[in-house]
Amino acid sequence: MESLTLDRLQFAFTVTYHYLFPQLTMGLAPLIVIFKSLAIWKRDEMWNEAARFWGKIFGITFLFGVVTGIPMEFQFGTNWAVFSKYAGGVIGQTLAMEGTFAFFLESSFIGLFLFGEKRLGQALHWLSAFLIFVGTWLSGWFIIATNAWMQHPVGYEVAADGSVHLTSFWSLVLNEWAVYQYMHNMGGALVTGSFAVAALGAFYILSKQQVEFGKMFVKAGVIAGCVASIWMLFPSGDWQGKMVAKHQPVTLAAMEGLFDTTEGAPLVLIGQPDMEKKRLDNAIHIPSALSFITYQRWDAKVKGLNEFPEDQHPDNIPLLYYSFHIMVGLGTIFIAIMVIAAIWLWRGWLFESNWLLWILMLLFPFPFIANTVGWMTAELGRQPWLVYGLFRTEEGASHMVSSGNVMFTLLGFFGMYTVLSLLYIFLMLRRIEHGAEELTAAAAPVGGEN
Amino acid sequence: MELIWFMIVAFMLVCYVILDGFDIGAGIVHYFVGRNDAERAAVIRTIGPVWDGNEVWLLATGGVLYFAFPMLYASAFSGFYLPLIMVLWLLIMRAAGIELRHQLEHNHMWTSFWDFVFSLASILLAIFFGAALGNVIRGVPLNSEGYFFEPLFTHWGTTGETGILDWFTVLSGVVAFVALAVHGSNYLAMKTEDEMNLRARKVVGVGWYALVGVTVLSLLAVMYVRPTLLDNYYALPIGWLIPLAVAASLAAMKYFNAKGQDRSAFISSGVYLAMMLGGAVFGLFPLVLPALDPANSLTVYNTRAGDYGLSVALLWWPIGIIIALGYYTFLFRTFKGKVKVGEEH
Repeated sequence: MESLTLDRLQFAFTVTYHYLFPQLTMGLAPLIVIFKSLAIWKRDEMWNEAARFWGKIFGITFLFGVVTGIPMEFQFGTNWAVFSKYAGGVIGQTLAMEGTFAFFLESSFIGLFLFGEKRLGQALHWLSAFLIFVGTWLSGWFIIATNAWMQHPVGYEVAADGSVHLTSFWSLVLNEWAVYQYMHNMGGALVTGSFAVAALGAFYILSKQQVEFGKMFVKAGVIAGCVASIWMLFPSGDWQGKMVAKHQPVTLAAMEGLFDTTEGAPLVLIGQPDMEKKRLDNAIHIPSALSFITYQRWDAKVKGLNEFPEDQHPDNIPLLYYSFHIMVGLGTIFIAIMVIAAIWLWRGWLFESNWLLWILMLLFPFPFIANTVGWMTAELGRQPWLVYGLFRTEEGASHMVSSGNVMFTLLGFFGMYTVLSLLYIFLMLRRIEHGAEELTAAAAPVGGEN
Repeated sequence: MELIWFMIVAFMLVCYVILDGFDIGAGIVHYFVGRNDAERAAVIRTIGPVWDGNEVWLLATGGVLYFAFPMLYASAFSGFYLPLIMVLWLLIMRAAGIELRHQLEHNHMWTSFWDFVFSLASILLAIFFGAALGNVIRGVPLNSEGYFFEPLFTHWGTTGETGILDWFTVLSGVVAFVALAVHGSNYLAMKTEDEMNLRARKVVGVGWYALVGVTVLSLLAVMYVRPTLLDNYYALPIGWLIPLAVAASLAAMKYFNAKGQDRSAFISSGVYLAMMLGGAVFGLFPLVLPALDPANSLTVYNTRAGDYGLSVALLWWPIGIIIALGYYTFLFRTFKGKVKVGEEH
């Protein structure tokens, strides 16, 4: 394989793997703050115990996020040297701000939150939880701002040596694209976090290990998960889609598998892009719906792929198309399940409805898939550009690093991350098992007092 | 402007080496200071709440280097491709060693395994970082476009077709190894009690002689490999204070170590690290990555970013660092005092 392909594969693999962890920590962080707040507000030690329990899961996940995140910053330089020289003056700013404003905050308070409760007291312990939440979400902002600049470059000029120089700090940091992408992305993280809380709660109820805490987790997870799932479709998904339609129309066409420019374009539910015949095979669609959701007119004209020169088409249209449709499909299923679960919870049927608890339990891997394919949609949709409209992906890789070296490190990452996965799964299973015992011990005196 | 950012990067690098240096150093002497499971658990607990923050300095320095000197970032990171990726793997292993050890506190095989991983990764990291600095001082085979690629090793010489490892860069690695071992022992002496404290002090006492030896050797080697490093010292004689401070910090460390003043000895080894790095940086300026063919060298002038970006960052950077120092103060105060053997978190 040529080295460009391997460089792309390595970045794609390491970033996809990395993001399995931050989406969970960013999703759990606000929930832990809520648990901690409930504990203090209601003077309820059960919620405090819930905060500690999820804090430990957060702590392990955070560690895996940190160690798999460091390679991301380094790889800009190691594998994408030409791109780094070209754009480092701009995107380096947001990456450096992430280190300075978010990482120092997170790394200082994670230790305080996990090990400092006795020394700090309840108020400062709450503050630690809150600051970790702020830190993780700030970190998310700077990464989204970096990605947003690559999706929709603003606030720059091209200098004499061909590289880009920053000309407006606030355009970079408050890029319009970043605002919508952030809202959509953080909603996605909240989906992952809340579904995980609900799933573990369902497991505890179904396995009768720890029913009291199980109910608390399911309740919190379902309420947060219901809000977050709906938020992903509307308004945040809708906004995100409009940004793509406005700034990356060729990407929109590829996502929808729309080859010919159409008035009253249909919204495709199922179908397969046929790249040879340039059409969508066996499509099932809703007539005119794409035109409507994009432009609010049933007969609006949506540009198809054929309208654009082929050298501007995303280089893997089928994968982009499938990623997008899997994301939307899963998102729709999430809303359906969570709305039902919320109604059942409200009516008081949920904890007796084993079938629904089973569904909630088995649902937890799917938000990870949805977030992953969502990012694949964003990144494959950006192709063939590294910086949209300015700098092509094929120009960006390091010249001096041979494909053999990249193959070696890619295989190394495969191996290293396989080991990390095994460790993570082992530690999580252990935590879930021991967690139930610890929670039981914590629940006993509280139950006695009531 | 480039001068200011050069100094900022140097400052952050020094902070990184002093801070992560002590927890890497603790890893190097892990088995010497911690003789049994409970003691090794105590070693880990001395760095437990702070190592992650220390490592953030590496990321933050990397980020600043990236936007302030993008060409340097591109060239150095791609040129040192293999060793850098290995550093990443070592950082992953070390973090796992520190944080996973206490997950199964009572399983002896589990803790032994992670002790070993933690210590080995710390040792290798110290040597890699030292060798990296050695490469920068020696110079690398940059082409006219400012890029290079080096094999891991070639003929172990410092001229011609060089490799990442040669006698000089290996020597630099050894200096880093000894220096961080002593620095880490000073930290452990400060943070532990009784027998562990005495053992850590003893490592410093013995290590000190090795440190003086390799320091002198490395200074001689630098003058042989890159004699032009002294040009800045002749041009700006105030720079000679730096080698003086190196000598003074070494003397102070010995004095405080003998007197049992661990905190002052720790500060001395911190000053030593700062001055060694500062001395190298002072001598190199304005070079940031010297080439074996001097015409291709990367300097602060030909690697820097645009004016606007550098000036606007001068507004946010100090704010961020001041806030970060605030967190640090709070964190270190909360976990101040000695770690006791056998204590739970």
